[in-house]
Amino acid sequence: MSEVYRFMWAELGLDLEAHDVLIGVLGKTYRDIYLSQEKRPEGMNYFDFVMSEVHGLRIKELLEEKQIGRKIIGSYCVFVPEEIVLAANATLVGLCSGADFAMEEVERLLPRNTCALIKSSFGFKLGKVCPYLEIADMIVGENTCDGKKKAYESLGNLVENLYVMDLPQVKSDQGRSLLKAEFGRFRAAVEGFTGITITAESLKQAIQTVNAKRKAIHRLSALRKADPSPISGLDALLANQVFFYDNPARFTESVNKICDELEKRVEEKQGVFNEKTPRILISGCPMAVPNWKLPWIIETSGAVIVGEESCVGERGARNLTDDSGNTVEEMMEAITNRYFKVDCAIFTPNPDRLDHISDMFETYNADGVIHYGLQFCQPYLMESMAVEKALEEKNIPTLRIETDYGMEDMGQLKTRIEAFVEQLK
Amino acid sequence: MRFGGIDIGSRSIEFVVVDDGGRIIQRCEADTGFDPITQAKKLLKSVSYDCIIATGYGRNLFETTFDTPTITEIKAHAVGAKACFNEVRTILDIGGQDSKAIALFDNGKVKKFEMNDRCAAGTGKFLEIMAKTLGYKIDEFGREALTAEKNLAINSMCTVFAESEVTSLIARGENRREIAKGLHIAVAKRAVAMIKRVFNGGLMVFTGGVAKNPCLCQLISEAFGMKIHVPEAPHFVGAYGAALLARDTL
Repeated sequence: MSEVYRFMWAELGLDLEAHDVLIGVLGKTYRDIYLSQEKRPEGMNYFDFVMSEVHGLRIKELLEEKQIGRKIIGSYCVFVPEEIVLAANATLVGLCSGADFAMEEVERLLPRNTCALIKSSFGFKLGKVCPYLEIADMIVGENTCDGKKKAYESLGNLVENLYVMDLPQVKSDQGRSLLKAEFGRFRAAVEGFTGITITAESLKQAIQTVNAKRKAIHRLSALRKADPSPISGLDALLANQVFFYDNPARFTESVNKICDELEKRVEEKQGVFNEKTPRILISGCPMAVPNWKLPWIIETSGAVIVGEESCVGERGARNLTDDSGNTVEEMMEAITNRYFKVDCAIFTPNPDRLDHISDMFETYNADGVIHYGLQFCQPYLMESMAVEKALEEKNIPTLRIETDYGMEDMGQLKTRIEAFVEQLK
Repeated sequence: MRFGGIDIGSRSIEFVVVDDGGRIIQRCEADTGFDPITQAKKLLKSVSYDCIIATGYGRNLFETTFDTPTITEIKAHAVGAKACFNEVRTILDIGGQDSKAIALFDNGKVKKFEMNDRCAAGTGKFLEIMAKTLGYKIDEFGREALTAEKNLAINSMCTVFAESEVTSLIARGENRREIAKGLHIAVAKRAVAMIKRVFNGGLMVFTGGVAKNPCLCQLISEAFGMKIHVPEAPHFVGAYGAALLARDTL
């Protein structure tokens, strides 16, 4: 099997030697962090399988889709509407940005004080190790933070098929008009590119498919309210991460299957950690595969993560898209409404996010909040100050962490997080 | 019963044993060196105790070797400082390679803390290297700095850059004590900024080996317009806190 994959990777233009190194590290990291956990739900076997085949079987599937004429669209952000992509009979996949790779080459194109996520997306391209990036017929960049929008100017020189979507920064009528216009432009681009005209029927179907995915995640999240939590934060994060890679229908089914199992656990008061284990809400920057550093430290320091206020988590999956419209225009309005609610830190001001953090703290019966900011991520680091202040005014213990994908600060982080957990006991 | 607390720091290891009343029966220390576990074993051999809690950066290594419970330095210093000064609300702890500011609730529980993240700027290691560059012994460094007649500005807090800055100040013929004072001012500024992020009013206590430096104590006290209290043996406060927790929980 692996020989078949090697041939496939070579065809995609990957650097096989570098890719072997990446897969080796990924495998070891996964064993150390994921497979060493105790009392995991059986349903996680599916996600273990997905991760073991993340550059294998899933890529093979996508290649097969391509062979029958389906287009693959890659994205880096939750603002790219999957509904539009699916309605044009194309597939949306998240692109790799969760590990340091080829950093020397990256720093020839990007300043050193660029966040790890942006650097990583370049590293996977320059190191030729991301099959999703190579397989994608179209890569969608989006003008979120300054770092990303300027980086796409350089990325445009590295890939031939970059499409950049503009995004509003203010939640005003003008901001909404911009988003609507950009989604209209994206729809036209996707239609032109696939040669398929989006119909009311196909769009409604696509909305329902994506909503089903989100509802499955909502169900999973709701089960984490229980004490003891029936699933570790690491495993729940993984499900949220796979959201961006997997076939939507199969993903929905697999998450729902885990939820059936977790419901029984909750009934029987079984959990991955003991009852009364300190419960942490993580809030802040997204965690892309295989960025499991912070959750791993937290869950090996005597606490359990019960929610992620993050793009890879509740910020990304919170809202459903209204599917009651009867025309493409009505549903495009609904899509605009849905995405305009995303409370990303690129918006100014962004009061909804503060409310959501407090709500999630209550909903998931958390004991404390850890704000996760990627070093040099200006929007989230700026907001972290306001978040800390607002939460402390409500007597919610808060710890601000600023880190990157490197491992050199592990000792310091471990001490800070253990001390925070001691504080919650 | 004899309750032990061991604090395995980056530069030194401290070991304290308390009795049922929380009184210190014994204390001893050793350099951490390159093999902290062997050093810790030697210390433990020399003293008898019934149970023990480990703290400090080497606590997890100790935990796996000796199968003992651990707590973080933050909690250990909170408990230790509270035992030394019951009214304490804010703690500054500067050790060999990290520094922390801790705010406490009235009952002594940790309310909030700040910690330096990656580098050794403003810690004991920084002072040690600077003392050496200026030809002072570490225990005379602060005392000598206090005798400076004017305050010299040091711009760099990075250990590597500061060392070359000091070298060029020496070359320029600047007074050694004034350079020393400048370095202390730089460290104190950093510590004050860290304390301000958590400052909680009430009594302020300075723990960790660096608290033995009189110049820093004076500069920080001046910055806050209030005395910063130093326990009799500030570098033992972490181990003392761990020993007290062993008494209360084991």
